[in-house]
Amino acid sequence: MANELVQPDRFFLNRFGLNQRAFERILGTALERKADYADLYFEFRSAEALSLEESIVNKTAKSISQGVGVRVCAEDRTGYAYSDEVTVDRMRLAAETARAIADQTANPGAVQVGTRIPGHELYAIQTSPTEIPVREKVRLLEEIDREARAVDPRIKMVSASFAAEDKVVMVVTSDGRIAADRQPLCRLNVSVIAEDGSNRQSGSFGGGGRVEWGFFLEDERWRQYAREAARQALINLEAIDAPAGEMVVVLGPGWPGVMLHEAVGHGLEGDFNRKKTSTFSGCIGQRVASELCTVVDDGTIPNRRGSLNIDDEGTPTRRNVLIEKGILRGYLQDRLNARLMGVEPTGNGRRESFAHIPMPRMTNTFMLAGDCTREEIIRSVERGLYAVNFGGGQVDITSGKFVFSASEAYLIEDGHITRPVKGATLIGNGPEALTRVSMVANDLELDAGVGTCGKNGQSVPVGVGMPTVRIDAMTVGGTRAA
Amino acid sequence: MDPISTEMGEWVLDEARRAGASAAEVIMLSAESLSAGVRLGEVEKLKSARERRLGVRVFTGQSAATASTAELERESLRRFIADTVELARLTAPDPYSGLPDPDLHPRALPDLDLADRAHGIIPAEQALKMAREAESAALKSDPRIRNSEGSGFDSGIYELRFMNSQGFSGSYKGTSFSLSTVVIAEADGTMQRDYWYSSNRHFDRLESPEAVGRRAAERTLRRLGARKIKTVAAPVVFDPDMAAGLIRALAGAASGTALYKRASFLIDRLGHQVTSPNATIIDDGTIPGLLGSRPFDGEGLPTRRKALVEKGELSSYLLDCYSARKLGLAPTGNAARGVGDAPGVSPHNLYLEPGPYTPAQIIGSVRHGLYVTELIGFGVNSVTGDYSRGASGLWIENGELSYPVEEITIAGNLKDMYMAIEMVGNDLVWRSSVVAPTIKISEMTIAGS
Repeated sequence: MANELVQPDRFFLNRFGLNQRAFERILGTALERKADYADLYFEFRSAEALSLEESIVNKTAKSISQGVGVRVCAEDRTGYAYSDEVTVDRMRLAAETARAIADQTANPGAVQVGTRIPGHELYAIQTSPTEIPVREKVRLLEEIDREARAVDPRIKMVSASFAAEDKVVMVVTSDGRIAADRQPLCRLNVSVIAEDGSNRQSGSFGGGGRVEWGFFLEDERWRQYAREAARQALINLEAIDAPAGEMVVVLGPGWPGVMLHEAVGHGLEGDFNRKKTSTFSGCIGQRVASELCTVVDDGTIPNRRGSLNIDDEGTPTRRNVLIEKGILRGYLQDRLNARLMGVEPTGNGRRESFAHIPMPRMTNTFMLAGDCTREEIIRSVERGLYAVNFGGGQVDITSGKFVFSASEAYLIEDGHITRPVKGATLIGNGPEALTRVSMVANDLELDAGVGTCGKNGQSVPVGVGMPTVRIDAMTVGGTRAA
Repeated sequence: MDPISTEMGEWVLDEARRAGASAAEVIMLSAESLSAGVRLGEVEKLKSARERRLGVRVFTGQSAATASTAELERESLRRFIADTVELARLTAPDPYSGLPDPDLHPRALPDLDLADRAHGIIPAEQALKMAREAESAALKSDPRIRNSEGSGFDSGIYELRFMNSQGFSGSYKGTSFSLSTVVIAEADGTMQRDYWYSSNRHFDRLESPEAVGRRAAERTLRRLGARKIKTVAAPVVFDPDMAAGLIRALAGAASGTALYKRASFLIDRLGHQVTSPNATIIDDGTIPGLLGSRPFDGEGLPTRRKALVEKGELSSYLLDCYSARKLGLAPTGNAARGVGDAPGVSPHNLYLEPGPYTPAQIIGSVRHGLYVTELIGFGVNSVTGDYSRGASGLWIENGELSYPVEEITIAGNLKDMYMAIEMVGNDLVWRSSVVAPTIKISEMTIAGS
């Protein structure tokens, strides 16, 4: 299979006996009524997962899925039909179903496809991690187990898992373009339980991306993951109740960038702004953050989990500046919303699989580095919270209220980091939160590569990043009166 | 060959045996659905889907591997099965793994009224009409409702067949229908959004489009003018949907998987008091017509009614065969199974039994406190029970809902919160497979300004 996969666009033609004529006929069927645009999205995905519990790799799984989605767009209407049988008959049926949203008959010109759209080469890998022998992966998970347990006798439970997928996609559009890509993706996760008497705490860490198996062996990354998971659980054994109320919050570098994803990222997606349902609707050119803040969404960073050579509508990804020195500059667009808003697509049209309609989505979202140091930021805080690791977050894009939950945090007292506190949810208001950023450090980091974003029931892999920042006021949802 | 026939299943089990498996299971699913969406009265989306998938779990002695595929031609299936058996051989033997005790498989399967006999996929015209009526009811109800995220109607039919190499074979067909509306209200330059939905296996039992739309509008309007409040410790009343979330968290901690991984705050609590005596929590996969009902679980064991919590005492865990063996207990028929996944654990229809109070009586009992109608974020730690989530709702003053609040959090520890369930409402409605009536928790920390 490896060689067959090397040329993604040939892959579907060979596998399903399709040709350009067939695409043209099906797109022609799709456009028989009065529609603006139609496309076909082909996907083949093979995936594998292994997991270790109680020191043995006792769960292994693999899956193969394939299918085609046919989409017809007319003004702001979308017709979509998909099938997991990739045959000309099925596609024609899907095209007839999808075009039902366009009601008048029209006399369209013939569709001609053939313009190959070159994408980037952000993750040209030699061997897909799915093709590495299972035994080798089993051995690594077993080593991770030993490593995490060796950190401290209080580490009682270790779970480790490796998941990899190899996805080939091809988009054929009614304006004649063909774009194809092979998208490898994998992640390695470690989670542990530490126990001290009746006090039981968890810790977890992981990483990955569009990388080869060797990524996890480089600099012994796997060992760092194991140690980091153990460290977090042990820290949490010492944690006291988190404070409750509004206070200064310092966010550490890397994964705390999930704050940007929730506070501004979702609110800047084109669909919500076209419909004027986002708290950021109509705010282009306005100040939405302090001038220390420049936020970008960049789908072109090599080997990153959130990166793509082309988005799921065949548009090459790019680096989009969302907020520049505090001023809102742009939204994230797919083709439909870009067309309706009269702007260019930004390479952010993404979907979970062939069973889903594309939407504007983030890729890798982060804030650029500032000038001060992390130490200066900590020293500047008399009383506050220093949060360095987070679980997930969520946002109501209409009211702008967003949350993200700290899994490792400390009190700052008189300019020093003092005691660890239990996990707590932080809540803020999107358009206000970044205006309260008063210091940005020079230590930008991207996350280790485990993020998944959910929107309208669709999950896609994403990245986040941030330097250490100081936010002058944010509500911390602990239990201890501050 | 029909991809979900007994014949197909037997062929797959035979192939697995020929490839060297000592035991095997096969699960076959076929599903069709149609989703229709409108926004501001116009068609926005029509989505039609058709899927067939086949999954297997094969054993070579005590080693197991799971796999799924949508390539159903014999030649690819044969290769797929052989690869899966090979994967099992590379998996560590686990003394707790294996098929269920064959005596536990049911001899006959009950008819649980899972499929609407009169309705299948609702045609696009009718689906769009219902979605449009629901949205229009919301938009018409008040001039402050000025925008919409849309209204949707979905219908689906599916058929599932599950067989194993020790002779169990079962299948069922089901239907589902749902109608939802999300609208936006504006006043004084601020916007609020809320929703309502109705979901059922039977088309005629859905709430009317009018009712769904009006309820979405009411819920949205009452959020306008929301403010932040000062940090305080106070009683918190959970509306039925939010209360259901607390019950789901308890089921998660009572699941065998969490327990043997020591990732639960309910370890060693069987037979102990874990909630106030006001709470009785039941899981029952056998109630005819409900969304979570099914005649057998993901390993072919019969589903049944069991109390998780009886007047405050933890009386059962939720177990599949693997976690049951690990914990030295009997399985409870709660194996959950996606086509491509190894069995996990899940409740079927989980509910908190209704209590004696009307919602008005519960709210009336609170001098100053929060009525919570929405919770966001993932701040629930099932290992420790620590709970901290973003909240919005209405502030209660002297027993009455007085003004909307937002940008606050509620926090506590689930172990304490369950013990502090002071009142349970009489307003249980089966809107989903996990439901609860209104409940009052006597005190939590509410963080605001």
